Amino acid sequence: MKISYYPGCTLKTKAANLEAAAVASLAALGIDVEEIDRWNCCGAVFSLTADDLIHQVGPVRNLIRARDQGADKLVTLCSMCYNTLARANRIMRNDPVKRDTINRFMDDETDYAGEVEVVHLLTFLDQEVGWERIRGKVKVPLAGLRVAPYYGCTLQRPAEVGIEPFGSFTLMTSLFEALGATVAPFNAADTCCGSYQVLNGQDGARGTAAAILKSAAAAGAEALATSCPLCEYNLGKQQGKLLAGGQIDTPVPTYYFTQLLAVALGVAPESCLFSLNDEASLELLKNRNCLVAA
Amino acid sequence: MTLTITDQTIALKSFEKLKELSGENVKLCMQCATCTGMCPMSAEMDHSPRKVMHLAQFGLLDRLSESNTYWKCASCHACTVKCPRGIDIAKVMEALRQQVLRRNKNYIEPSVLPAERIGELPQIALVAAFRKLTS
Repeated sequence: MKISYYPGCTLKTKAANLEAAAVASLAALGIDVEEIDRWNCCGAVFSLTADDLIHQVGPVRNLIRARDQGADKLVTLCSMCYNTLARANRIMRNDPVKRDTINRFMDDETDYAGEVEVVHLLTFLDQEVGWERIRGKVKVPLAGLRVAPYYGCTLQRPAEVGIEPFGSFTLMTSLFEALGATVAPFNAADTCCGSYQVLNGQDGARGTAAAILKSAAAAGAEALATSCPLCEYNLGKQQGKLLAGGQIDTPVPTYYFTQLLAVALGVAPESCLFSLNDEASLELLKNRNCLVAA
Repeated sequence: MTLTITDQTIALKSFEKLKELSGENVKLCMQCATCTGMCPMSAEMDHSPRKVMHLAQFGLLDRLSESNTYWKCASCHACTVKCPRGIDIAKVMEALRQQVLRRNKNYIEPSVLPAERIGELPQIALVAAFRKLTS
């Protein structure tokens, strides 16, 4: 099996661990990942004003690239890329007036009408691979690891592009159960981490991040999993500051869901780039014997 | 915050402009404050999302222009998915931001941001924040 893949900018640098672990996991599952050529920025946030079409050009151009390279599905890993591409795709499918304007503006491209389906990797694993097949491929069960599935905002909101209904977390839950982990549901699984507000209002973003981590710890989670590099930054990389400032008192090492998948499938930890995570993350997996022997 | 309806308080033009930009009808709002309850940033805001909707219902863009509410909004859509009146409140917040930004005003000034913070943040944080908070 082969999939067309859109990485997005952050996955090539700050969140290379999200991508590397996904590519290694998919290889272990017998799936080839084909990165689309000449991709560009997705825009990171979907433009919400009714008259703003120029900011749809970037995401739509990626979808055109995918279609022209023979893809009917485009798999994404980053939650923000998923949201932006899927929402832009909905405009091209459902709004004939906006579609026509955007197509006429991009007169160097063949007209696009939403032929490509934007799919998040969690959905792909559920629908195209299956939890039982993943369970059968697990080499290092994450036995005893209590993981909180954290969705944040953009995987589920708004409803028309949600990978599953608001308030439901079955995809990550099924994945981690298939990997042998214990899932720790918690109340803040879809609470915003503070998102891009971290650029300007560090305190506000830290407050929301602290509330999420406290909720996870109170639910008995010792690890938290996400699919968004911005959530990982606010919850994982900022955790040292939250601990030092007394805003949280229990560390909750933060992972990308692809990293937990990869280690369970027996991928070497070096290939999961744990050096880009918060410091405690590799240590916890070592202590729980969740890493393949060197 | 009590508002009295008079000829002076209702600014129809402002109301229509907001409707055009957001595509949403704020008059559907029944002031239940579910949005405020859902909002993770409401503690940072000078007006709660409910109050902003109230001011918007009266078309009071002058008073809204001084509010920090829509600048603290992180576009997480928690309000939108729970609004019992089906209003996409995130779109209303975006329209309020855009009314300021389209006058060529920045809410944050990129050139004064500390270099180490810029260097540390993931790219999506920078792209998203600059798109939401600068013109």
